[in-house]
This record gives sequence, C-alpha cells and structure tokens, in this order.
Amino acid sequence: MKYLYYPGCSLRCTGKAYEESLQAVFDALGVTLEELQDWNCCGATAYMAVDEMKAFALAARNLAIAEQQGGGASPRMVSLMVPCNACFLVLTKTQRYIVQYPEVDQTVTAALKAANLSYDGRVIIRHPLDILINDIRLETVVEHAKQSLNGLRVACYYGCQMIRPYATFDDQYNPMSMDRLLRALGAEPVDWPLKTRCCGGSLTGTIQEVGLRLNHILLREAKKRGADVIATACPLCQFNLECFQSRINRQFDEKVNLPVLYFTQLMGLALGLSKKSLGLQRLFVPLGPLPASQERGDHVGV
Amino acid sequence: MHTIERRIKYEAELDSSFADEIASAPGCETILACIQCGTCSATCPLSIYMDYTPRRVVAMTRAGFKQEVLNCFTIWLCASCYSCTVECPKQIKITDVMYALKQRAIKDRVYRNRRFPIPVLAREFFKSVAKRGRNSESRLVVRMYLKSDIFQFVKQSILGMRLWSRGRMKLRSESIKNRKQLRALLRSVDQRNKAKAQKTETGSGVRV
Repeated sequence: MKYLYYPGCSLRCTGKAYEESLQAVFDALGVTLEELQDWNCCGATAYMAVDEMKAFALAARNLAIAEQQGGGASPRMVSLMVPCNACFLVLTKTQRYIVQYPEVDQTVTAALKAANLSYDGRVIIRHPLDILINDIRLETVVEHAKQSLNGLRVACYYGCQMIRPYATFDDQYNPMSMDRLLRALGAEPVDWPLKTRCCGGSLTGTIQEVGLRLNHILLREAKKRGADVIATACPLCQFNLECFQSRINRQFDEKVNLPVLYFTQLMGLALGLSKKSLGLQRLFVPLGPLPASQERGDHVGV
Repeated sequence: MHTIERRIKYEAELDSSFADEIASAPGCETILACIQCGTCSATCPLSIYMDYTPRRVVAMTRAGFKQEVLNCFTIWLCASCYSCTVECPKQIKITDVMYALKQRAIKDRVYRNRRFPIPVLAREFFKSVAKRGRNSESRLVVRMYLKSDIFQFVKQSILGMRLWSRGRMKLRSESIKNRKQLRALLRSVDQRNKAKAQKTETGSGVRV
C-alpha cells in the first residue's frame, strides 16, 4: 500500500516528532508514504484572515500537484494523507468551497492556470486516523503489535479542526477513532468530554493569559479524569498542551505533569519501535515506563 | 463633572451597505437569517474574553455598526474552532463571518493598536508564505514579537531555547523550489481582487 503524504510546515519544526513517529508506524505496517512534491504551506488560519481567495489558491496548488503525482486515469481518485489538523481543514474546506461557490471556483481555476496547473476535483483528503481505521483496519494494526499498552490511561484529544466543521470520517460530537485505535492496542481511554474543545491555537503566543486558560481547563480535566497521558493528532495542540505546562502550573497554582504524545508515538510503542525513531526524546514532559509490559495476545477488543 | 454621551446611534450614522458587503463573502451569505438565539456565544470557548459576544457581532454587522465591529476584540480572539458554525440552528458559518471581518479590518488598517499581536502574526505569516511558499515557525514567532512586543520576546526566549535543545526549532527558513509558479498563482488572485474592487467602487458611486 502507498499513500501520497502532505507533511505541512509544523511537522518540520515544533511537530517533528509527529512526522518521525508517523513514518515509523506506517513503515512498520508496511505502508509507504510518498511525500507530495514541492508542497507549499496550506495557509492555516492566518491566510484566511488576510485574503481568503489567496488562501484557497494556495491550498489548491497542493491539490493540483497531488492529482498530477497520484497519476492514473481520469476517474481515479487520489488519496492524500494530511496529518496536521489545520492543514486537513484548510485543504478540505478549499475542496468544498470550490464546489459550492462559483466565485471561488473561477478564482482558483484562473490562478492555477496562471501557474500552469489544473485541478479536476479528484483528490480525497485523508487523516491518518481515517486511513488506519478504514483502510488498514484495526485487526491488521493489532497483528503488528509487539507489546500491549496495557492499562495506560489515555485522554484522547482530537482538537477542533479535524472533525469540525467537516466530520468526514468520525462523529462530530464524540469522535472515537483514536479511542478505538488505542484501546485495540491495550490502552484504556478515559471518558473525557473535552476531547474536541479548542486549545486556542496561536493564542498562547499572542494573548497568552487567554491561551493558557484554555489549556489549563483541558489539562485539569484530563488529570481529574485519571489520565496518565494525553494523546493528540495535531502539532499545535501538542505544543500548547505540553510546552506551557510549567507556566500553567505557576499561573493557576496547579500541579499538572502530564506527558502529551502524538497518537502515533503511542502506537509506535505498542508496535515495539525504538523511542528514538518515535521522537520521544523531544518531549518536554517525559513518558514514564508503561504500566505493564505484557506479552501480546493478552489484550482483546477491536 | 461627567460628560454626557449619546449611547444610541441614529440610522443615518450606520453603514447600511456593510451587511451586504460581509454577506457577499463566501460562506457569509446566510448572515441575514440569524435569529439571535445566542447558541454561538454559548458554545464559544472564548466568549468570556470578548467585548461583544459572537451573537452581538452578527447583530451589529447586520445593522451596520461597521466601526464598532471592525474595532472589536472579538474578531481577533476567534481561534477558528468552528464550534459556533456546527451548532448554529440557521447554519450560519460564523467562523467565516469572523474571517470576513478580520479581512476587512486588515484591509482598512483598523487595529486596536499597531502593536496588537494577532493581526501582526497574520500579516507576517501571509508575507512569509507569499515569498517562500512555506512558513518557518521560529522565524515567524521572532518577527511577530519584534513587531509587537519585545518584552514578550525576551520572556519567550527560554521556551525557544528548550525547543532548540530538542531539535524542535530551527532558524533556517524553509522554501519551496518553484517560487516562480507560486508568484504567478498569487499574482492572478491579486489581479482578480483588484478588478473586483474597481467594479464595486464604480457600482456604488452614489455612496459616500
């Protein structure tokens, strides 16, 4: 199996461990990830705030390249794997707006033409969680497991833009794909109603007191629910929840010390991959030893 | 002695075309259907920090309180989590309305003050991607602090060092190879934007 893959800017910088662990996990599952050639930034929320037509055109360049690189005869669809929540939303939104709004369609088509590109609408934006659950399937993932995450209590954090406003592969109010995946590998997802509540995005850098408050609410509740670790699927959520913990503790007189890992890092541990290949050395709050390293086969439930 | 201010605006002081202008942006066309139920404000994780709640922003936009809306803190606090958009019983894409208002505020250069960091971040991001096709997080953050608040830059530098020591920060800027293609793409949108702006200007010649 092979997928086209769009890393996005954050996975080359603060979210490096997400790319490392994602590559390692898919490699272990025998799936090849082929990077999108000369991809550009999706535009994130900042571009939409300045000029949305340019934001759509920027995102469409990636779609056009994906269609070209994915190849195949005209009716064939091309799956593009997009692990970052913000990139996932912007690319999905662009596709939808091209179809819904003639003005967007005309502007984007003209811009692509000026850049010697074209887009036919044959790309499907896929989140790695979607691919793992629906294409690779949990049974296959479990078959590859070398050790159980037995008893590790995980708060699965989906963040906002992966399932809002477009719930393409999971429930908008109570997404379960990450919970199911980690449960299948032996972890114990805790009941945590804030799993889709916003982390504030770049507010931790711009209006810090507001950004810290939002993350404090998430961390405090995760701790209260008995989580040992928070699992994320977005580089900005991971950064906010992990890197500001000491500041949050000081500001709100709190004692939170929760490791925040990408779900792919936890998966990698279950697949028996080395800590280095999963980028665990990049964590600010280190993950302690797993509760019980039992032999595979002890855990059931898909 | 306290001065007496008139708190209610006369209709003549409102901008009657503002609602139509915002409603013409993609995703904002349903703004006139708002029933003022307040679901958006209730679901917004940031409304407790806002000067006007999202419900009020929608009402004020429709009524033509252009200056008040463009100057408010609310539009910049919106972190685009889309909670309001999915909850709205009239399917108004409120996140898109906030984007349209941000765009208008940036275009008209209406900021709360020049060093207010959120529009600074948006503009710096915009410029860097237009130039290189990619966003270099570390450089972006450094530029934002230098242009908004140097004191914050010093405060945040410890975090920067910690990231650096874990290989999560780099100063080299990322760039795509085919920058020429990107320039052609963005220039095309610029031209269309300009043509559209001219059209609306001539189309509403009567307006002052």
